[in-house]
Amino acid sequence: MTAMSFDELLPLIFIGLMGMSLLVYVVSDGYDLGVGMLMHRATPEERDTMVASIGPFWDANETWLVLGVGLLLVAFPKAHGLVLSELYLPTALMLVGLILRGAAFDFRVKAKADRKAMWDRLFIAGSILASACQGWMLGRYISGFGEGWNYPIFAGAIAVALPMAYALLGSTWLVMKTDGQLQDKAIEWSKIAWPPMVLGLILISMATPWISETVRVRWFTLPAMIAVASIPITAGIALVTVRVLLGSPAVRGALCWLPFALLVLVFFLSFLGLSYSIYPFVVIDRLTVWEAASSPDSLKVILIGVCVTLPVIVGYTGFSYRVFRGKTIELDYA
Amino acid sequence: MDAVFLARIQFAANITFHILFPSISIALGWVLLFFRFKHLRASDPQQKVDWLRAYRLWTKVFALTFALGVVSGVTMSFQFGTNWPGYMERVGNIAGPLLGYEVLTAFFLEAGFLGVMLFGYHRVGEMVHLGATFLVAFGTLMSAFWILALNSWMQTPAGHEIVNGQFHARSWLEIIFNPSFPYRLVHMVLASALTCAFLLVGISAWQLLKGVATASASRVLRTGLIFAALAAPAQMLAGDFHGLNTLKHQPQKIAAMEGVWETTRGAPLLLFAIPDDAARTNRFELAVPKLASLILRHDPDGEVRGLNEFPSAHPPVFPVFWSFRIMVGTGILMLLVSWVGLWRHWRDGWDFTRMPRPMLKLFAGMTFAGWVATIAGWYVTEIGRQPFIVAGLIRTSDVASRVPSSSIALTLAIYVALYLALLVAYVGVLKYMSETAEKKSKGIAPVGQFQRQGGPA
Ligand code: HDD
Ligand code: HEM
Ligand code: HEM
Repeated sequence: MTAMSFDELLPLIFIGLMGMSLLVYVVSDGYDLGVGMLMHRATPEERDTMVASIGPFWDANETWLVLGVGLLLVAFPKAHGLVLSELYLPTALMLVGLILRGAAFDFRVKAKADRKAMWDRLFIAGSILASACQGWMLGRYISGFGEGWNYPIFAGAIAVALPMAYALLGSTWLVMKTDGQLQDKAIEWSKIAWPPMVLGLILISMATPWISETVRVRWFTLPAMIAVASIPITAGIALVTVRVLLGSPAVRGALCWLPFALLVLVFFLSFLGLSYSIYPFVVIDRLTVWEAASSPDSLKVILIGVCVTLPVIVGYTGFSYRVFRGKTIELDYA
Repeated sequence: MDAVFLARIQFAANITFHILFPSISIALGWVLLFFRFKHLRASDPQQKVDWLRAYRLWTKVFALTFALGVVSGVTMSFQFGTNWPGYMERVGNIAGPLLGYEVLTAFFLEAGFLGVMLFGYHRVGEMVHLGATFLVAFGTLMSAFWILALNSWMQTPAGHEIVNGQFHARSWLEIIFNPSFPYRLVHMVLASALTCAFLLVGISAWQLLKGVATASASRVLRTGLIFAALAAPAQMLAGDFHGLNTLKHQPQKIAAMEGVWETTRGAPLLLFAIPDDAARTNRFELAVPKLASLILRHDPDGEVRGLNEFPSAHPPVFPVFWSFRIMVGTGILMLLVSWVGLWRHWRDGWDFTRMPRPMLKLFAGMTFAGWVATIAGWYVTEIGRQPFIVAGLIRTSDVASRVPSSSIALTLAIYVALYLALLVAYVGVLKYMSETAEKKSKGIAPVGQFQRQGGPA
């Protein structure tokens, strides 16, 4: 391979940035949405604590979605048009879910007391709708928007598996951020969500090569196969550790953060695996990053902004997590 | 119905819903900073409590407003691509960086510090909390800066070059500070100030009417009145300059605003008319002779170019003409109400108990007047740019979505139903919060204890 010029490298940098911000979105809004879905199993007091545990963060978490989609729009306008036209309806439904969730989040504590239950229901419904739509979109995306009887089944399965993954992320978040009875419940919820999440992950890993020739060749050719096998193996070990931890008393004490951290690792590894499958396409088998990218000039202008602002953003996001570290206590304005 | 039309309605419905919330939150952030500052500086314990009460109630209003602004904004960021894919493909090199910088410098800043601002009062030091509030307020301004730069560039494009139909940036400075941008930024920020001021005045007046007000409400009322009385004349002045600038760059928009069909010297100002696009004339005109020429040309016999000079490239006249009148009419009403109200309040020795009830009812009735004028203003601007999406260069119909119209119609119906429901809920909850603010702030420390509050907990 000859060395790439900077202009040829730019689209790769941008696909990396876009992927990273979508990953940060999936993990961070994933636990928000997971907590939202789990609320249907909680008592009213527990619901307040659960909402309080995500209250200071959800807005910033959602901003990563805006950045991810913004980068897709800005850096890969052709892919943006293709992807969002294919996913027009699920995108719209996901937005409805996010609107309901975000609005209900604020209304539930401000509206009349007897309306609170209604807003809670909308909060839960919005979280479920948004998660399921994201799962469907992911399923359609990684199967290259193929047509045929098996494709909707595949996307449908992911539309169930992703919410489960979010629920697991959300419940381990609660294991970390709460204590007492709610923590016990969260541990139970984690145990329930664990098998479907693992099943979903296996399903995606098996179905993607089956659906796409490109992916099959990429993963199952020696010697690359041996090298990349570390990804699923590490993820598997992490998942098993999570399950073991959930059954041990340590998770109620000093190690309460570990299941969540391991799950973040699993998400990261899955993301790596997926990137490896898809590279160098933006839309699998249809559009490569170079074909879809916009002009290098405007990418450079944005890159400067990213280099300057991203470290600052990471800095103050860290600050915010520090301010609200530890077990959740009641939130109050001023 | 055809897809372009539906895509336009959908985009318009979404942005109309979205702008309601920024138009409050842009100014309200600064007002909160002011309340906090007054609270910290007040030496009289009673005053301290009053300002803190005001801060608490309005922080809740801010939180709710901000949340709705965010969720509708996230929708906007998708709609840009879904409804106008051709737009991004052609001007992506210009629109992209502007939108990108908005996310990087404004959205993250707001969202990153919002949590600390809203819920961090007892967890961080006084200065850190003030700092977080400042950064959120500053973030909303930055966001207005970038998005208005883009919108203004679409009205008065500059600093670009076109190669094979693709737009490329030539000078970022010229793109950002394009000819209409300074006017639009000032006009929009003042619009936000007025919207927020009338919200402060209206809700406090409502509390007085309902008999649930405390001294805190009277402070808010006075703040809002002064704020409105200053911003209203400034807005008229800014609007006048804005109009003169538009005359220079988009004369067909001004012709539509004024309902001038034939180029005329000594054009009259129409107070009322029903513009008829088909017959290319106005019905039922009620006019003040020569006034339009006087306003636009500063000369009673100045020439105003008419719509007939721009065949097939001028906007639909009726909506632009009437939106303009609604905006200016509301602006004049705001000026009158704020000045008369302030004068009356001053004459009463700033004693709100002496404020006559009809006056309070008028204030309460104008709670959302800012929304009316702001939306009308945006309709003038946006519809006035038609049939172009980038003035004079790209037609709206050339860049619309290829999504089937049935899908657009379905999602449009869902969005509109959702937005209407949320709007009703928003207004209902504002009313409820204002009526119960007193009960809800029972937890406020009694005056004696008060001095100790505010430090890190
Ligand atoms: C003049 C002001 C203004 C205008 C014309 C717009 N916005 Fe806006 N927007 C804001 C002012 C604002 C704000 C003040 O920054 C918000 C409103 C709610 C909030 O409180 O922040 C915001 C929020 C907001 C968000 C959520 C940010 C977050 O996650 O924190 C997005 C994605 C957008 N907007 C996108 C758009 C798009 C794509 C627009 C145009 C088509 C648009 N906005 C018009
Ligand atoms: C500041 C950023 C904005 C941008 C970049 C923008 C861009 C656009 C675009 C691309 C269209 C489509 C053309 C069309 O439908 O005719 C449009 C139409 C429209 N916009 Fe905006 N807009 C912005 C802000 C606003 C705001 C704040 C409002 C406030 C209410 C608004 C109101 C409308 C309306 C009513 C239309 C429909 C006009 C018509 O269909 O004739 N816009 N705008
Ligand atoms: C009373 C005198 C006013 C005048 C002479 C005036 C003038 C104008 C003009 C000429 C435009 C269109 C500019 C263009 O599209 O090129 C405009 C737009 C607008 N107006 Fe006004 N206006 C007035 C009052 C108000 C008030 C009271 C508000 C809100 C509280 C308001 C909010 C807006 C907004 C939001 C826009 C769209 C954004 C923009 O283009 O700046 N205006 N105004």
